Amino acid sequence: MSQKQYWSDLQDLSNITNNKEVVEQEFKEELPFDLSDNVFNATTPRRDFLKFVGFSTLAATLVSSCELPVRKAIPYAIKPEDITPGVPNYYASTFVDGGEYCPIVIKTREGRPIKVEGNELSAITKGGTSARVQASVLGLYDKARLTHPMADGKEATFEAVDRLVKEGLAGKSGYLVTGSILSPTTKEVIKEFLAKYTGMKHVVYDAISYSGMLQANEACYGQRTLPTFHFGKARTIVSLGADFLGTWLSPVEFSKGYASGRKISAKNPELSKHYHVESIHTITGAAADERATCRPSELGLVVNALYNAVANGTKPSLSANLNKLITSAAADLKKGNGMVVCDSNDVNVQIVVNAINDKIGANGTTVNWVTTSNNKQGIDKQVADMVADMEAGRAGVVLMHGVNPVYDYLDGKKFAAALAKVPVTVSFAERLDETAQKCKYIIPDHHYLESWGDAEPKPNYYSLMQPGISPLFKTRAFQDSLMVWMDANQQYGEYWKQYWESRIGSSAGFDKALQDGVIQPGGEMANGAVPFTGNVEAAMSAVGAKKKAGDVELVVYQKVGIGYGGAWSNNPWLLEMPDPITRATWDNYLCVSPKRGKELDAELTGFTEVETHKRVAKVTGPNGYTIELPVIVVPGMHNDVVAIATGFGRDAKVGRAAASDKTKGGKNAYPFTSFNGNNIEYYCGVTVAKTEEKYEVALTQTHNSYEGRPVVHEFTLEEFKKDPKELQKERGAEIGHYTSLPWEEGEGHHEGEHLANPEMEEGYRKNGTLYPNHPYEGIKWGMSIDLNTCTGCGACVVGCMAENNVSVVGKYHVLRAHEMHWIRIDRYYSGMPEDPDSIQTVFQPMLCQHCDNAPCENVCPVSATNHSTEGLNQMAYNRCIGTKYCANNCPYKVRHFNWMDWNGADCFEDNLYEDGRRDDLNDDLTRMVLNPDVTVRSRGVMEKCSFCVQRLQDAKLAAKKEGHPMRDGAARTACQQSCPTDSITFGNVNDKESEIYKIRHEEQQERTFYVLEHIHTLPNINYLSKIRNTEEIVAGDEKKDGMYAEHI
Amino acid sequence: MFYSKNTPESRASIEKHFLENVYKICRLCCSFASLLYKGKLILKFIPVPESLKPMLRLCFRSALSLFILLLLSNVSAIAAPDGKALFMSNCASCHNPVKESTGPALKGIRGSLPGDGWVYKWVHNSASLIASGDAEANRVYNKYAKTAMTAFPSLTEEEIDAILQYADDYKAPVAATPAGNANSGAPAESNTWLYTVITLSLLVLVVILWRANQGLKRAANDKENIPNEKEIPLYRSKLVIAVTAILIFIFSGYWLVNGAINEGRQQNYQPLQPIFYSHKVHVGINQLNCLYCHAGAEKSRQAMIPSSNVCMNCHKQINEYTGAEEHPLKTAEGKEIDGTQQIQLLYKYAGWDPVKKAYNRDEKGNILATPIQWVKIHNLPDHVYFNHSQHVKVGQVQCQQCHGSIEEMDEVYQFAPLSMGWCINCHRQTEVQFTNNNYYSIFEKYHEELESGKRTKVTEAELGGLECQKCHY
Repeated sequence: MSQKQYWSDLQDLSNITNNKEVVEQEFKEELPFDLSDNVFNATTPRRDFLKFVGFSTLAATLVSSCELPVRKAIPYAIKPEDITPGVPNYYASTFVDGGEYCPIVIKTREGRPIKVEGNELSAITKGGTSARVQASVLGLYDKARLTHPMADGKEATFEAVDRLVKEGLAGKSGYLVTGSILSPTTKEVIKEFLAKYTGMKHVVYDAISYSGMLQANEACYGQRTLPTFHFGKARTIVSLGADFLGTWLSPVEFSKGYASGRKISAKNPELSKHYHVESIHTITGAAADERATCRPSELGLVVNALYNAVANGTKPSLSANLNKLITSAAADLKKGNGMVVCDSNDVNVQIVVNAINDKIGANGTTVNWVTTSNNKQGIDKQVADMVADMEAGRAGVVLMHGVNPVYDYLDGKKFAAALAKVPVTVSFAERLDETAQKCKYIIPDHHYLESWGDAEPKPNYYSLMQPGISPLFKTRAFQDSLMVWMDANQQYGEYWKQYWESRIGSSAGFDKALQDGVIQPGGEMANGAVPFTGNVEAAMSAVGAKKKAGDVELVVYQKVGIGYGGAWSNNPWLLEMPDPITRATWDNYLCVSPKRGKELDAELTGFTEVETHKRVAKVTGPNGYTIELPVIVVPGMHNDVVAIATGFGRDAKVGRAAASDKTKGGKNAYPFTSFNGNNIEYYCGVTVAKTEEKYEVALTQTHNSYEGRPVVHEFTLEEFKKDPKELQKERGAEIGHYTSLPWEEGEGHHEGEHLANPEMEEGYRKNGTLYPNHPYEGIKWGMSIDLNTCTGCGACVVGCMAENNVSVVGKYHVLRAHEMHWIRIDRYYSGMPEDPDSIQTVFQPMLCQHCDNAPCENVCPVSATNHSTEGLNQMAYNRCIGTKYCANNCPYKVRHFNWMDWNGADCFEDNLYEDGRRDDLNDDLTRMVLNPDVTVRSRGVMEKCSFCVQRLQDAKLAAKKEGHPMRDGAARTACQQSCPTDSITFGNVNDKESEIYKIRHEEQQERTFYVLEHIHTLPNINYLSKIRNTEEIVAGDEKKDGMYAEHI
Repeated sequence: MFYSKNTPESRASIEKHFLENVYKICRLCCSFASLLYKGKLILKFIPVPESLKPMLRLCFRSALSLFILLLLSNVSAIAAPDGKALFMSNCASCHNPVKESTGPALKGIRGSLPGDGWVYKWVHNSASLIASGDAEANRVYNKYAKTAMTAFPSLTEEEIDAILQYADDYKAPVAATPAGNANSGAPAESNTWLYTVITLSLLVLVVILWRANQGLKRAANDKENIPNEKEIPLYRSKLVIAVTAILIFIFSGYWLVNGAINEGRQQNYQPLQPIFYSHKVHVGINQLNCLYCHAGAEKSRQAMIPSSNVCMNCHKQINEYTGAEEHPLKTAEGKEIDGTQQIQLLYKYAGWDPVKKAYNRDEKGNILATPIQWVKIHNLPDHVYFNHSQHVKVGQVQCQQCHGSIEEMDEVYQFAPLSMGWCINCHRQTEVQFTNNNYYSIFEKYHEELESGKRTKVTEAELGGLECQKCHY
């Protein structure tokens, strides 16, 4: 049964009339014409007509009388040897943000980075990226970056600051605070620095702490480190709260591994089994096969119950759903090749998790203790001690690199007060963030795209970092600052080069390593176990003693795009990327379950898109911290849990996108975290009260409606194993009777149950329409998207924005459904809103389907959109006159109209749209990120996915120059390249050797379907059905009736 | 302010007009041909008497062959490689036939060199010859300040001989007879005028005769007492007013639309440049290869304007313009230009001190050069993607096809209209290098048709060359 009821929002289930109206309208606002029959009797049609004629004539005259400007062509004075204008150069480097790690390749044009791709040589991430990695290139051109060193809030020279800091350092004791450091050379520099200034101590501070895990590992295995998790090897994955596909530890690495266990075909119908317990709704929960919810304070009990079930076979005594999940998870884990991960920051919980992993034999197989991970290193206790020291006035100096505790420490105010008691405070922040503002000296560090460096995410796995551009501003590498202060006779760049040349042994080897970007041992990653020595009983009793935090518990969580905050809070690409689950942009909000939404009187404002004004609720924490936030209803959340994302509520100096006077940019959630004497807890008991206020939140899911037409096909693994061809039967029933026409001879006319096959598809293509059939000689482009491995992470959305100069429109226009994303990830729920454990969520990336029989092409009055001989649905911006007929007629709703001049692309002055938060994108500095191969669209034209035609043309040209047919994989779209799970395949369908051909006709023929195939659009994108390794796909039609009325 | 029309008497202009005419005829024929082609398509669906078909086909074919003929005549002939060309493109930056520069003067050098193909070895790879301990090689190397000669492994022995032969035959330039060619241009235009005058006078004659006829008729009517209709003056005649109005509407509409379409185009644009750089001197007279300076043309979308250090490869040696008598430099307005002075201007930009024969450098050793702000002549709108390498390397299109006979231009002007119609037209006509590039092997159907003789060529248009997203994305 692949067709069940999916709903994109609760309103889908309801029959609210204004919802229907909104769905039926293509454009949200009233169209500016009189659509009644009596146009000629309208009040002023003649006058209006004359006005328009007059205006058009005048405008045309004015424009045509413009003098042509004298344009200059300025060549290089002395051309750098390795730059050919118009040809990109690629440099291997490494993305590092705190402990977050991703080897990358920087694409530069004429010496400026314009795009970041994953480095496919890396054994760890294998070419994957995340939304943040993709967006990091925009951060390079962030206008809020500091352009010079500062002392006491004024611009200063390096020399002056160096002198003052050195004076301050002399003989003082103090702290060097950094985020988790992956770089071996930086660690060396810090070591030497600490040797010179013996009073200094190094404290690692992670905004989102993994201290509990580190300490548990120390207690259990004698090493304060994190293991490597082999999600690809695991047959049973039990995640207890860990959002490992979105935000937990190393999501890119885990997504790659996880996806390799989630690839399924009819020939090999095996899937890993993923159990998930969480309090909120994350993308990892959405991918899970079995999912249940619990309160955050209950998570420890779940872990205990799982341990007992695994160790002694004890029946758990929690909620019915949890009991069921734990019992079957324990049974599966015992079969071997299992793995348990947990996001709790409680040492005891993590000790029990380690014990489970040890019991099921994961230690040394799926959980690797020989090749460990360095991603996180911060210990909460050390930070707390440091703050106490600072408060007591015992610290003379504090140097802070890559951290922003005044914003993201559990009590930022306390930290700021403590900082004020330190005589010499230095920040290396790249912007004037909350902490830098409180520091005496600021020496801004380079952006990572301007830096030399290295990283060691795992022992023996190294990657090098090289700059894609010279520093834009008067900034200095953090390591250089330390080296200057310890009177080293070298610069960091030289030191770094020497270090690696001597380690690698030869200059040629170094060059190769720099070119590859990674240095790693060959073959399989070394794996092994370490004996478990933890005290399980003590830990379990400590866990069992945990009390409920309150009637309502609040979870502080990270959004996939914004994460912990930092520079990401000011990244317009990420702010406008819809959150995968809530589909909200630009704000943070209070996530509540539908049931609680009703209690907060938010049912008509919380979850319907029709009403953009959301009910504002007041949340008060145990320490009295109170904030008011709009309520967003998220099905699948535990009924007694509310959640707020980090990264919002920033200071205005962090940047215009992060905060503005008008919107305040959300609220800070960090003060809800607390310190339990050992670790930071990311939940607390709160009271939630409704207010009479309302606040607009820009959600995007229901901006594009299929009006109830089926678009997703989903099966259970059992169903798929039993009858892999079921989907093809359904398709066959739909299209079979077109195979030949009734009056034609032959046996081809199929009625009834037949499998869809190429002959049938061909017949449907030919006979399903009155239009002539086009031959596609040479190349025909096609794409396949695997719904089973898509995790909804949004890397493709941001990757597409970077590649195709997709405009950011700002919150106000997202509210009006004017967002421009060429690829969006639709999220569909199924299940009963009242019962969070019944919710199953599916993601479906939706982009222009490049239909061979495209409805948009037929209705364009100027033929601005038409079809190419390679199967592309082309969009000629310069031809478009903006009738929007095409968008109206597109069944997939993938066309986007430029309602405003987002980018200053036209020649009219003062036409640029500005809203206060997104405006930096039009700054000369930020515009350097634009891809020069793609037109920046002006106001009044339609745009949509082009299949990255500039890349296709480029790949074809390269093949032509070399004189051979284009190789499969030479042309890749931006979304395909950025995907960390390889869900997207793209290529030439006419090439029988290509991967895309094989998927459609050989390997995945059984799972292939086309969205809305029955309307004969003949899309060039196919999807592969979602297969869930579970007993039941919830929410069949039988449960639909009265669902809304009964449960809410 | 930089805009100046080309003077009609300049040779380039005549050439251009000629080409333009050829081009216009081509276009006409082409649209005619395409019309016929479409007609052919229509024939498929609409029954046409069989008897008419051969005639139509004949028309189509003759139009096509006429077009091909014209197209062929349009392609400029390229000079066959000879000693002079080879010398200019490979050697001239370091050698002068009669003067010592970076390397020795080449005139008569053959006599003083060791035999046994020594010179070939030297040219192919002088460094290995020096390393082998060859006495003569080391002598030359030391004499010329240990500057190793660039290796030319690709030059064949015949080519080396040709270069040396050219050097031997070289004569220092002597005053040439002034090129006082009588202006024999514009006969086509005078014909047009003639026709116009004849047509006009015939028209006037018709009107006079008609009036006379009317008058006579009236007189005859008067005589025979047949009442004459009341004569309406011409300007009040409804017919005349109607016809005039329609004509005015059509012509003004045509004029407006054409004007609007041509808005922003700047064919013949010939701005003043910061340095009077003559392509004629460099490419036409001295036979420099286009790709020597515009190195990007085969690699990139941009052909690239060379940076001044590329100019300096040659102009370190060539510091005066010696061809002033052979080819005096003049702007389009007739102002005389001192070539040597222009080279001095280049030195200023390049940061070269001609007295010290060295670059001016800052304390870090960087050359103090400033980029030359050339005025951009060929401007495409922002929404057009044009790639030089696609056309030059893959399509094997000659530079002159779009840029005109650049080797004849002292000052460059925009030869082609660079309108979309112009681009499209070429894509319609141009035959793709189909069989000698393996990339096109995927078009199996076309290959079969070519083999079976069903088609003679594959045009760019048939491979999708007219589609929007070939140039607009």
